[in-house]
Amino acid sequence: MDTTKPNEPTALGHDIRLELYRMQLELRYCEKRAYDLFLQNLIKGTSHLSLGQEAIAAGFGVAMRPDDWTFCTYRGHAHTLARGASMEGVLGELMGRQCGLLGGKGGSMHLTDVSKGAMGSYAIIGAHLPVAAGAAWSAQYRGTEQVAVCFFGDGTTNIGAFHEALNFSVVWKLPVIFVCENNLYMEYTPISSVTAVEHPAADRASAYGLEKIVVDGNDADEVYRTAVKYMERARKGGGPALIECMTYRHSGHSRADPGQYRPEGELERWLERDPIKIYRERLLGLGIVEATLTDIEGASMRKVDEATETAKGSPVPTLDQIEKNVWADGSAAWRN
Amino acid sequence: MAELTYRDAVAAGIAQEMRRDENVVFLGEDIGAAGGVFKATVGLFEEFGPRRVRDTPISEQAILGAAMGAAMTGLRPIAEIMFSDFLAVCWDLVANEIAKTRYMTDGQITLPLVIRTANGAGSRFGAQHSQAVENWAMAIPGIKVLAPAFPADVKGLIAAAVRDPDPVIIFEQKSLYAFKGEVPDGEHVEPIGKAKVLRHGTDCTIVALALMVHRALAAAEILERDHGISCTVVDVRSLVPLDTLTILAEVAKTGRLVTIEENPRLCGWGAEIASIVADEIFWDLDGPIIRITTPHIPLPSADWLEDNTIPSVERVVREIREKID
Repeated sequence: MDTTKPNEPTALGHDIRLELYRMQLELRYCEKRAYDLFLQNLIKGTSHLSLGQEAIAAGFGVAMRPDDWTFCTYRGHAHTLARGASMEGVLGELMGRQCGLLGGKGGSMHLTDVSKGAMGSYAIIGAHLPVAAGAAWSAQYRGTEQVAVCFFGDGTTNIGAFHEALNFSVVWKLPVIFVCENNLYMEYTPISSVTAVEHPAADRASAYGLEKIVVDGNDADEVYRTAVKYMERARKGGGPALIECMTYRHSGHSRADPGQYRPEGELERWLERDPIKIYRERLLGLGIVEATLTDIEGASMRKVDEATETAKGSPVPTLDQIEKNVWADGSAAWRN
Repeated sequence: MAELTYRDAVAAGIAQEMRRDENVVFLGEDIGAAGGVFKATVGLFEEFGPRRVRDTPISEQAILGAAMGAAMTGLRPIAEIMFSDFLAVCWDLVANEIAKTRYMTDGQITLPLVIRTANGAGSRFGAQHSQAVENWAMAIPGIKVLAPAFPADVKGLIAAAVRDPDPVIIFEQKSLYAFKGEVPDGEHVEPIGKAKVLRHGTDCTIVALALMVHRALAAAEILERDHGISCTVVDVRSLVPLDTLTILAEVAKTGRLVTIEENPRLCGWGAEIASIVADEIFWDLDGPIIRITTPHIPLPSADWLEDNTIPSVERVVREIREKID
């Protein structure tokens, strides 16, 4: 049997599975920390947490090549971290500190770490789908076999840029993977009540000559296998894919949203399918000893604690930065 | 020196840069095999092929998004938006994404890309295909804004824009595409951010852009010949960065400022120049600043109406005669 076959359930080695577990934990702990720091008023503005959706960021993050590109939305903490961006850089940016990834100029909704292939978090719905297509065009043009992976929510499927980007990418056969995280709510409104089809992304795929792909977005293994399969196809010139990952956010849309519009019992049912909970049970079932998992859990929490302290200790940005870096020469000059 | 039309200068500028740099690519609607709806890109598809000159669907967000994604990953794309009016359907990419990304990422991402677009009135296309919208772009921090009036500047500024590390939008005046002018032979690059003094006078300084530069020059001839009013004419060429040194110096010499703007009245670029002049050289002025603009209306379509809406040579002559002794 070909053990590298992507759809073969036993193909994943323990090393990959432990990495998927570690990454999901780090994303979870870091997001929870972000929430706590909000309550302490150390993070201002808004923040869109990925609690409950970590398997998607982790599954792709582990599957991607270091030189692949991630494009994500304002709900982008997890995706940025999943590429290896520094956690103090992420928390520092959320807190508006000097050590922040963007020096305090971008904030929660624009996390970027180009050195890790995290090519930006885009806060206007749909905007980054064509941008990801453009990066994929660049890879295709230069023959680098890099892939652009573009994450977005279910609500994005109803905006024009989604459709423009899909058609464009298929026509140009670009190495870009569009990943819809369907968490059932566009913001506060159920996606089903504002969308013409049951699967907001996958049911539109056929309009662009693409295969309908729906996966369990709470199963890191399934996400990982799907990511590997379609990224390899794209790398070899097979063109784009549109993947809909079914998931659920445990918290509201943003800081301002307690999520009270959700029917009674829905959250509880999804908590039973918490990606980290089911993954831990699976690892134990595969014979991985409890101590290995508790070691990973302890190390992940320590990493978040250390990143938190580093970020808290970082000074606020200096005011001379306000008028820096509009232009490539570092200035903001619009006149002589 | 060769004589080229404004439209041929577009293709010449793009071709010059594509020959020089393999990373320069060009995309847009009907730009390839068709040579562009204004025939401004004829010959590029034949010379550089479909890999580098790519026809797109009618998807302006995809065009600018693709240019942005390509620019941040090593290419130097030139994107055409067929009519500048259509920028409204992809304004998110211009205003929120392309212009802001370098600042928001604190310099991690630079975007060496060029947006070319056909701008302005004179073709009787009505209010959705004739607007002068350079002010929209000028209001957004993070994008350079050029508007050439002559074929040599078209070629030279396209070249400079392609080489510039920052995003640049070039407004080509569509009713100038047939205008012929001398273009230097060989490689030609004009500096970005430099206005050009086209005529020296003593009584007033006319500051104009694109099509209005031609009208300013024609009006200056008449004013000198028939009315004894001697005008300096400055072609702004670059709204961002703005060559305030040249403008302020030329206004200070004559003591009067006249702006001629194709855009509707409110928040026209001339208002910004008027403000700078009033702030910085008020005591050099001998009289009020004069702004000659299109009225604050959507543009009408009929030739008779359109010609009486955007500033004409006759109107410029009349207003300057009336307001300058």
